[in-house]
Amino acid sequence: MKLLTLNFLTCAVKTCKSSSDSFPLHPKDAELASDDVEVNPELLVNLLPRLDWKALKTTSAEVFLPSCIYPLGFPQLPDSPPTIEQLQSDDKLLKDLHSLLMETNLMEGKLVCGVCGHEYAVREGIPNFLLPSHLV
Amino acid sequence: MSRPEDTLLADVHYDDVEARKYTTSSRIQNIQASMTRRALELLDLKTPSLILDVGCGSGLSGEILSDIPPEEGGPHVWIGMDISPSMLDVALQRDVEGDLFLADIGQGVPFRAGTFDAAISISAIQWLCNAESSETSPQQRLARFFGGLYQSLKRGGRAVCQFYPKNDVQKQMITSAAVKAGFGAGMLEDDPDTKNVKVYLVLTAGQSAVANTKSGDITGVVENMEGVDVVDNRRQGRSSGKGEIKKGSKQWIIKKKEQMERKGKVVKTTSKYTGRKRRIAF
Repeated sequence: MKLLTLNFLTCAVKTCKSSSDSFPLHPKDAELASDDVEVNPELLVNLLPRLDWKALKTTSAEVFLPSCIYPLGFPQLPDSPPTIEQLQSDDKLLKDLHSLLMETNLMEGKLVCGVCGHEYAVREGIPNFLLPSHLV
Repeated sequence: MSRPEDTLLADVHYDDVEARKYTTSSRIQNIQASMTRRALELLDLKTPSLILDVGCGSGLSGEILSDIPPEEGGPHVWIGMDISPSMLDVALQRDVEGDLFLADIGQGVPFRAGTFDAAISISAIQWLCNAESSETSPQQRLARFFGGLYQSLKRGGRAVCQFYPKNDVQKQMITSAAVKAGFGAGMLEDDPDTKNVKVYLVLTAGQSAVANTKSGDITGVVENMEGVDVVDNRRQGRSSGKGEIKKGSKQWIIKKKEQMERKGKVVKTTSKYTGRKRRIAF
């Protein structure tokens, strides 16, 4: 699962829907893998306004700090979200963002909700979001 | 034609054997591909987008989304949801590019508001119409699905769901659930009244920022397409309702006479003198 997806994913439990802490989900025991994906600047520009920058910072800190498996050290993100013009002109930023969002995959581990503490298992890159019926 | 929906649940029906059969059958592959292309045509995406694939299965339709050339506005990034682990397993082996989720669409769509540019669903949502336990009903599952989908789409986003309705009741049930969730809904039928009929439910979430059609109506989706007839069954304003015919007018009299005739009363025949004013006597 791409880190991009994690930036959009919330807890599926009904009672968590109203709480703002159900997003983002916190990765636990995460194993990462890096994929080669062609850079698509148009897509990133399209997605930029929708990204939750704060959540992205949290996620990248949570994923990379404990594992430290990232070969080159993970790309540093600026503190505030860049504007579209900044992204289009800054090649390095674009590349960093691309490798973080599109190329970094969460392969194994758990996603934990900040409210209810429900753990969604991730196996072979596929999170299991099936819920027992009393939580729906 | 047998309908697996009637006998089993999606995750039970698509076991390892069934999932492999489904994915390797060239007939199914062709049909899926053509339906996906048709759905993309209806979505009318101009730039690379984030798309939700509902009931992605082994990623047959997802592959097409990833393979759209840049000149046609691709390649798109997609996130797929499916309830069958076997199907997802096949997708893993085929090394598809999108992200996969093991999730039940009848339990909602776990993404934050405004995530997706568009959503696509090929031959999946008819599975929502059978509830497996006493705890849920098809209506509940449909409501949760469409409610979640409406939220997770950006405003002005579109969703195209191709599905196989069992009968008109089911078609009606699905459409009304979508409308209740807030969607503007329209139905497109390819090859109607044949065995190969394909039903596409076209949904729009809110008004598009780019006003491309008159009043952003759902029929605008197919405006520029060839070979599509718009059949609008909605009430055409108030032109054919009550209050139009003035009481005492000739039209009104004729209407009343017809009513009486239907009741079996003896009614004078209508002529050019019917409803005319008498000449003033003095």
